[in-house]
Amino acid sequence: MELILTILSKVFTVTFFQKAVTQGVPLLFGATGEILTEKAGNLNLGIPGIMYMGAVGGLTGAFFYELNNPDPSGAVGVLLAFVGALLFSAFGAFIYALLTITLRANQNVTGLALTTFGTGVGNFIGGSLSKIAGTSGQITVYTTGQAFRTTIPGLSQIPVVGPLFFSYGFLTYLSLALALFFAYLLVRTRYGLNLRAVGENPATADAAGINVTRYKYFFTILGGAVAGLGGLYFVMEYLGGTWQNNGFGDRGWLAIALVIFALWRPLRAIWGSFVFGGLYILFAYIPLGDAAQEILKMLPYLVTILVLVVSSLRRRAEEQPPASLGLSYFREDR
Amino acid sequence: MEQNAIECRNLTKRFGQVVANNGVNLTVKKGEILSLLGENGSGKTTLMNMLSGIYYPDSGEILVDGKPVTIRGPKDAFALGIGMVHQHFKLVNVFTAAENIALGYEEKGRYDIRAVTARVKEICQRYGFELDPDKKIYDMSVSEKQTVEIVKVLYRGAQILILDEPTAVLTPQETDKLFAVLRNMKADGKAVVIITHKLHEVLTLSDRVSVLRKGEYVGTVNTAEATADSLTEMMVGQKVDLHLDRPLPKAPAPRLVLKDVSAVSAEGVHTLDKVSLTVFSGEILGIAGVAGSGQKELLEAIAGLQPISEGSICYDDVRTGAAEELRGKTPLQIRDLGIHLSFVPEDRLGMGLVGSMGMTGNVMLRSYRSGKGIFTDRKAPRQLAQRLKEQLDIVTPGVNYPVRRLSGGNVQKVLVGREIAAAPTVLMAAYPVRGLDINSSYTIYDLLNQQKEKGVAVIYVGEDLDVMLELCDRIAVLCGGKLTGLVDARKTTKAQVGTLMARQEKEDA
Repeated sequence: MELILTILSKVFTVTFFQKAVTQGVPLLFGATGEILTEKAGNLNLGIPGIMYMGAVGGLTGAFFYELNNPDPSGAVGVLLAFVGALLFSAFGAFIYALLTITLRANQNVTGLALTTFGTGVGNFIGGSLSKIAGTSGQITVYTTGQAFRTTIPGLSQIPVVGPLFFSYGFLTYLSLALALFFAYLLVRTRYGLNLRAVGENPATADAAGINVTRYKYFFTILGGAVAGLGGLYFVMEYLGGTWQNNGFGDRGWLAIALVIFALWRPLRAIWGSFVFGGLYILFAYIPLGDAAQEILKMLPYLVTILVLVVSSLRRRAEEQPPASLGLSYFREDR
Repeated sequence: MEQNAIECRNLTKRFGQVVANNGVNLTVKKGEILSLLGENGSGKTTLMNMLSGIYYPDSGEILVDGKPVTIRGPKDAFALGIGMVHQHFKLVNVFTAAENIALGYEEKGRYDIRAVTARVKEICQRYGFELDPDKKIYDMSVSEKQTVEIVKVLYRGAQILILDEPTAVLTPQETDKLFAVLRNMKADGKAVVIITHKLHEVLTLSDRVSVLRKGEYVGTVNTAEATADSLTEMMVGQKVDLHLDRPLPKAPAPRLVLKDVSAVSAEGVHTLDKVSLTVFSGEILGIAGVAGSGQKELLEAIAGLQPISEGSICYDDVRTGAAEELRGKTPLQIRDLGIHLSFVPEDRLGMGLVGSMGMTGNVMLRSYRSGKGIFTDRKAPRQLAQRLKEQLDIVTPGVNYPVRRLSGGNVQKVLVGREIAAAPTVLMAAYPVRGLDINSSYTIYDLLNQQKEKGVAVIYVGEDLDVMLELCDRIAVLCGGKLTGLVDARKTTKAQVGTLMARQEKEDA
């Protein structure tokens, strides 16, 4: 009883919620990107690699800018970091799209290979930058990192409400805006209708005059770019512009799990990302010893399995993955 | 004045080594209903797919309204006013009817599903469709889905409507409704092309008939001047006897005795309700009933694929003379007793065949256990596949060519042929002629008759009552899982069987 009270008193604090949001944002970017990709019928398991590439891409852009400018401007650093992250992650998604859409390679194998590849690229470039950075080996893009961490000046000072809602950098709000935007796009626009049709039944979409290949490419690459922003968030706002090889951890997989948890809906992914973020750090708030911590770290995945079980049992067609997810499409295949 | 809506000149399309269309000519006039006839694999669907932009012709010319056009994709076809309703519906299951109709159609202005719904309702009223635009596709019956397809095409302002075997999945009443709608369209000045196998439909509905045979164009006749026999001859290239032989059963002896067999589905519904039935050797027993009355469950119960909740199935083994109880045996044990099931599901490949394997591989599915040690015997299956190909006239580039790529009739011949090759004592055939053309159907009927003469007990589940009354010796009628009648097919009329099929429903009402 006492234990539960301790836990509750620790969990129901402003800091816990704040940290849950901080952990949730990269997941939300990743899940939004993966939802777009999966709605096009492509199961991109390369998302962890792509997010990692986005992280190192953003770092690279900012790093060379700050290296060559003794008095760097935060705005330019942010811009270059953005360009770097988007280019790297879009490139990763392009490799996946080329292999699975044009060459019709197996999506699972391609995705897993891409995750391994992306992690390798990230570690390689991260290591190289450390050498360039010099003796200490510790990269910092301090100015850019601080620019990413800038909060809205007045609002963040308000007690309770300030730290809860206004203590984050602009990427946090961008992640929410993107999720809202794509939720609207999916349900309320012709593009969304076409995109969903491509993922459900590409032959039908094709017969209806939709360019299936173009939709698959566009949304797979766009999805990769959006997911890459999750990596950018992690390296810039979360780490404050520093780098550590493999620091990204299993967040990429968590983003894919979040897609299932959210039942392929960006709006559910928003609150789902905060739930996952909270579950991800919960172990630090429950004093049960080291062994128990490892079990608690599994919580987000356990919840995902539960969601899978429940949605499979309920068998509602609206809660299932896109029907042709994982299958490649070839028009004249009989 | 009548004008040509579509004219095709010398269209050719190849798939790898298979020539699907070879120099085909076709003319469709405005304000007429044209039937396109041809056996399975004669290239009807391929031809229509070229008109609707799914395939691109290798050579040849298409003229719409007298002008040469290039149809590169479905969009081009829509722009020309050509709309196709495919045999396999092209609908997204989780979308509503209205969403499916709006899909891919770029109207001016914002995407507004309510405006779409309103226009759909308007079209339905004009031509006499019954459709709820807000219903999800997965909640719909086959005929409703077809309505969605047709409305979708009309929504796009199609002037030329192509229907690929629209009646194959409809009940007689639904077919009548469809024909009434098609006649409304014809009166509206639209051109309608209908692909079908059913000759009486061709004769009642269409103005002209064009015939294809093995990918080549045979000719076009006015329906008024055609008869079922003359059309069949054009289609097949030779005279076909449409009469079915029905020899009297020789020395019938009880082969299978079913007693009070009941089965319960996963949802707790009685799919079979105390069915008692004796199947004799040397006869063809027909099973009639509205779709989903328990036909499938009955066959599966006998084959051991579905557990029965009560009752017994007793099998009289001619080889040993012993009486065996089938209940509780595994499907494999039952098959080894000589009871074979050839079930042709709606998608043909769903059960029984592996689409990506060739004929040899599929034949092996029945014999792979008989090899020596850990090795399978490939030689015997290959020879058997070769023999089936020759005996049943299966059109395939080779016995190792994936069966998925064969046309429906050939797939069914492989399926039925394989089961017959095992020399069964009981042969169960469910819908073996579903979607088949006349020639292939008669090949299958002949195969069943041959088995009957060999003393096999044949159980035939079919959809066409006319055929069942000609082919079967006795007909058992199922309704809601209950056996509502067991009649002598020689002395029964279609109306009598029809009454038995609906008996339960009347009681419920």
